[in-house]
Amino acid sequence: MLDIHELVAKVEGKQILNGLNLSIKPGEVHAIMGPNGAGKSTLGNVLTGRAGYDVVSGDVTFNGKNLFELEVEERAREGVFLAFQYPVEIPGVSNMEFLKASVDARRKHLGLPELSSFDFMKLARECSQKVSLDPAFLKRGVNEGFSGGEKKRNEIMQMMLLEPRLCILDETDSGLDIDALQVVAAGVNAMRDSARSFIVVTHYQRLLDFIVPDYVHVLANGRIVRTGDKELAKELEAKGYGWLEKEGV
Amino acid sequence: MSEQVESLIRKEYAAGFHSAIESDTLAPGLDEDTVRFISAQKQEPEWMLEWRLKAYRAWREMAEPTWAHVHYPEIDFKSISYYSAPKSMKDRPKSLDEVDPELIATYEKLGIPLHEQAALAGVAVDVVFDSVSVVTTFREKLREVGVIFCPISDAIREYPELIKKYMGSVVPQKDNFYAALNSAVFSDGSFVYIPKGVRCPMELSTYFRINELNTGQFERTLIIADEGSHVSYLEGCTAPMRDENQLHAAVVELVALDDAQIKYSTVQNWYPGDKEGKGGIYNFVTKRGVAHKNARISWTQVETGSAVTWKYPSCILKGDNSVGEFYSVALTNNFQQADTGTKMIHLGKNTRSTIVAKGISAGRSNSAYRGLVRINPTAEGARNYTQCDSLLIGDRCGAHTFPYIETKNASAVIEHEATTSKVSDDQLFLCQQRGLDAEKAVSMIVNGFCREVFKELPMEFAVEAGKLLEVSLEGSVG
Ligand SMILES: Nc1ncnc2c1ncn2[C@@H]1O[C@H](COP(=O)(O)OP(=O)(O)O)[C@@H](O)[C@H]1O
Ligand SMILES: [Mg+2]
Repeated sequence: MLDIHELVAKVEGKQILNGLNLSIKPGEVHAIMGPNGAGKSTLGNVLTGRAGYDVVSGDVTFNGKNLFELEVEERAREGVFLAFQYPVEIPGVSNMEFLKASVDARRKHLGLPELSSFDFMKLARECSQKVSLDPAFLKRGVNEGFSGGEKKRNEIMQMMLLEPRLCILDETDSGLDIDALQVVAAGVNAMRDSARSFIVVTHYQRLLDFIVPDYVHVLANGRIVRTGDKELAKELEAKGYGWLEKEGV
Repeated sequence: MSEQVESLIRKEYAAGFHSAIESDTLAPGLDEDTVRFISAQKQEPEWMLEWRLKAYRAWREMAEPTWAHVHYPEIDFKSISYYSAPKSMKDRPKSLDEVDPELIATYEKLGIPLHEQAALAGVAVDVVFDSVSVVTTFREKLREVGVIFCPISDAIREYPELIKKYMGSVVPQKDNFYAALNSAVFSDGSFVYIPKGVRCPMELSTYFRINELNTGQFERTLIIADEGSHVSYLEGCTAPMRDENQLHAAVVELVALDDAQIKYSTVQNWYPGDKEGKGGIYNFVTKRGVAHKNARISWTQVETGSAVTWKYPSCILKGDNSVGEFYSVALTNNFQQADTGTKMIHLGKNTRSTIVAKGISAGRSNSAYRGLVRINPTAEGARNYTQCDSLLIGDRCGAHTFPYIETKNASAVIEHEATTSKVSDDQLFLCQQRGLDAEKAVSMIVNGFCREVFKELPMEFAVEAGKLLEVSLEGSVG
């Protein structure tokens, strides 16, 4: 599904990813942990093609396609989804209008007809209920005046609507109380299937009690320095990253 | 954001074609004979000619205003032709069947069907082509309920009492340089009268088109809503793409008598000039309304065209409890300049005004909001709420706000809010990450920004306005 080979990337002239390798098969959930500033968000941004994140060398194939040959929106339509660490507000643009446009863009790419407004409404209501977000949020401006937790749930709702192939969750759990965390985890678990893969970036092994990963990676100094299973997360929680960071240098 | 947004700033002007219609166009130049010629063409009564000449003599003594935040080369008023009429109009057509098919085709290209059966449901249309009104639809049907909707040149002949009483009563001949010029040489425009207590059964609209080279358009519109009546009126404007600048100096006067309501909406899409800033319309417009007791005047405008816009639709809140509203979206791109806003003059007691102005600047354009709220000593209990929001696309454009507040009554309550924001890379990235292309994303963000104003437009036109913004922004991100 996703193969990252010796990826080197720069942000603002500064090299952040230093030869990162990662291979993800369909249906797998990979957790990525690591100290602040290690390059976790940078990885998500490079994979989705955000401006300002420049690939120096290495390559990434996604379902057989060279990801770096695709525009940002083409990658999205191919099924790469990023749940943002800090979702931005778009005042005045209704969530509904925004979501319908994005779902239609993805459907068009897949050769499917646009959804009627009625069908879309129905689907959107179902998804909002699954993340315990009042359907009234659909009528509000995109993230406009949403609390931190509401923004994160809104991201998961979009993920459900878009049915991506690869879901990258960037610290979706940070700032959530335990109830909201369970809602988000339940949403992700409901979407797990043999064709869909996840990259879950988190600081806390707490999330991994709810979303049980197949692999846990430690990203430090722009590389994966250790790979294990969920026991590694527990070890990190106990010992911190210091002992591993040295290995990344 | 920069390059990405910069390259979105390339625009195609869809209404920019020129129609091959034979015209009688007066040689360029302006003197008393020009004024006499225009008046004669319109077969006007003597008093109208005198009125024009008085305005012309006043204009000669006046100087062009220079206080606006716009820059353009000096206009040579002698190099403009002040009258142009399609040849086929010489013997005024009695019905649509006699109108030059090329003309009808022109309006069809612009999406304005002139055949009544094909016309937008419930919208009566007056069409002004260069200097003359070519057709007014649904005139008879409106007449049945007493509504008069006709070219102003017809009204001067047919309803002299109304014209004498009201023309110049809101915008006097000497009001300002452009209004004086308009008063001298205005060629056509629309006239509306809604009788007492009548709710006009359909939207009224006028489409203005400048077709001929080197002609100016100086239309004049007068709307009178008699006591307790209601009317909603929309004007639209387009012009061909030309390398030369063309002048448009209109005057609009609204009179809302006791308990009447006038809603005046504008979708202004004059040719804005090309990417390098060549050509485009100079749009110098005076629009003003007087609201009598309990009356309401609402101006809603979506301004996307013109090279230079100078325009301040205003309300004189004369009667007690009268209400004035101004909702505006002004979008500038490339080298366009707009200095627009409103004046709310509170004279009566408990008068209220609301101003919502949204400015969007892209490319190297500049837009300025200039607003005056004046509370006179007589305006006990007056209230004003003003909100000015600017949205910048790219970093080579500018937005400026010039609010003037003059309060001479201590009981007045005035609130003012202003914001400036940018279409951010983060917003664009969120949209693109969800599969939307950059242009769709920008137009969605801009439309969201304008929502409060668009909801004031008549339904059919709100959709049009959204599309117009989309076209006007084409090429501003890439
Ligand atoms: N847009 C940016 N501009 C400048 N520096 C950035 C930007 N994004 C990330 N960085 C820098 O790159 C490094 C990695 O950041 P990030 O990927 O956000 O780390 P993490 O998500 O692992 O905490 C940090 O030093 C950060 O300051
Ligand atoms: Mg991060």
